[in-house]
Amino acid sequence: MTFLHRHRWVAPYLLLGPGLAWLAVFFIVPLGYLGYQSLKEGTVQVGYVFNWAWGNYSDAISRYHEQLFRALEYAGIATAVALLISYPLAYWIAFRGGRWKNLLLLFIIAPFFVTYLIRTLAWQTILSDGGLVVDTLKAIGIVGDDGRLLATSTAVVAGITYNFLPFMALPLYVSIEQIDRRLIEAATDLYANRAVAFLRVTLPLSLPGVFAGTMLTFIPAAGDFINAQLLGTPNQYMIGNVIQSKFLVITDYGQAAALSFVVMAAILVLIVAYTRVLGTERLTP
Amino acid sequence: MTTSAEAIALRRPHPGAFARARRFAGTHTLTVFGVLALAYLLLPIAIVVLFSFNDPAGRFNYTWEGFTFDHWTNPFGVPGLLEAMETSLKVAGIATAAATVLGTLVALALVRYGFRGRGATNFLIFMPMTTPEIVMGASLLTLFLNLGVATGFWTIVIAHVMFDISYVVVTVKARLVGFDRHLEEAAMDLGANEWVTFQKVTLPLIAPGILAASLLAFALSIDDFVITNFNSGTTVTFPLYVWGAARVGVPPQVNVMGTIIFVAAAGLMLANVLHQRRRQ
Repeated sequence: MTFLHRHRWVAPYLLLGPGLAWLAVFFIVPLGYLGYQSLKEGTVQVGYVFNWAWGNYSDAISRYHEQLFRALEYAGIATAVALLISYPLAYWIAFRGGRWKNLLLLFIIAPFFVTYLIRTLAWQTILSDGGLVVDTLKAIGIVGDDGRLLATSTAVVAGITYNFLPFMALPLYVSIEQIDRRLIEAATDLYANRAVAFLRVTLPLSLPGVFAGTMLTFIPAAGDFINAQLLGTPNQYMIGNVIQSKFLVITDYGQAAALSFVVMAAILVLIVAYTRVLGTERLTP
Repeated sequence: MTTSAEAIALRRPHPGAFARARRFAGTHTLTVFGVLALAYLLLPIAIVVLFSFNDPAGRFNYTWEGFTFDHWTNPFGVPGLLEAMETSLKVAGIATAAATVLGTLVALALVRYGFRGRGATNFLIFMPMTTPEIVMGASLLTLFLNLGVATGFWTIVIAHVMFDISYVVVTVKARLVGFDRHLEEAAMDLGANEWVTFQKVTLPLIAPGILAASLLAFALSIDDFVITNFNSGTTVTFPLYVWGAARVGVPPQVNVMGTIIFVAAAGLMLANVLHQRRRQ
């Protein structure tokens, strides 16, 4: 008999080994290096020395708190708008989709089949000066005659909302679809009107989807720099733009690494706060 | 002129009719909203396809100037695009193969065995999916910088395998949960050894899950910009090419590539949906 038959307990570890090793070496270890780099002082020219340079953090925060808060603000607004658009959409497909459900779901994920950068560039075309949207808004007087949409914060938030909307809609669909319709019928049998039945039955039961969708939208949105770059101006730059240019253009690795950790910490704090408000405690009766 | 009977009917509608009308309006509003939301999701895709047929006057492909097939008959007529596309396909092919093997093994272990460290394993799989891409890209670059590794083709592959693994594990695992282990036991009872059982029973049963996972990994890889941007050195993938072109004016050929990728991916998904419906 083989070695494996005598030592069956090793089998799972042999299967896990290569994959987990890859993640350990190329995901966990790099995070360690990022932390190490964030406490180094120096420049590319003279080299970096590790000396617990906490100054990187204080400098980074004092210089770039504006972009940091802007990133969190844009991501927050985009997440809220995505929720407002996705909830009725997911509800419609789950409850009224019938035999077309899978096809309608395919429409939700269709944007993912177009390269991220290309679909963002398409928004550049849609929102451009003299484009259809701007002209329509001018005609009905929402935008002034010399007003524009491209290169404004509205364009950046709209781009982020669009790009991450499927991340919101899919988990919402999954949780709404799983709701037992008989519970809603029971509520109406007990004289709840449709609004009350929705607020007391459907909405609470779909909260896990709201929670998952919010996470999956907010996290990538807060670190994004593509929408601000392609649809905005430096006045709309988010913390992602700062990190990207510090790593790849200015090569200021110490502060760039520190900023990356600040972003992670900021997202983590917000998620913990959000979990407290809408977290698992309230999801289980 | 309305007759008095009609006027009464208008003033005092049947109680059931009013409720019905309200319910109909409610249904209608939701449908209208749903269709509008889908239109919003599909509008940029239509723009991408439409502008692949545009005949732009200058370098910028923003305004509609006229219809032409030129970019479709000459899709690689701009320098660098063909090379970028080839690099993207190569990276995605290698990364998908590696990530599918590594991820499937992890999924098998998670579903079929009880072992110590399961919680930690799940956490490690979950983490990359909830970390902002920019942090993953930045940390990998820091690793390569500190170890003196020059970034290029292979560092892109390493990065793509890394973010693909988690998605493969999750996809294959979802397929394995409903898996009947009695089938494997039956094979073993009939004298098959573990390897033959895996080949003849386990693998065919989980093959659809593995296929779905590899398609997802391939799609994620070919679309990735952020992490690639950090670890590419001077190598140019298709998204990196688009990024570079965005500053000087994107040629319509990029829209042609975007349309081809869209049609290929959407076609595969549609075939899958139709296949599932036929089986039901």
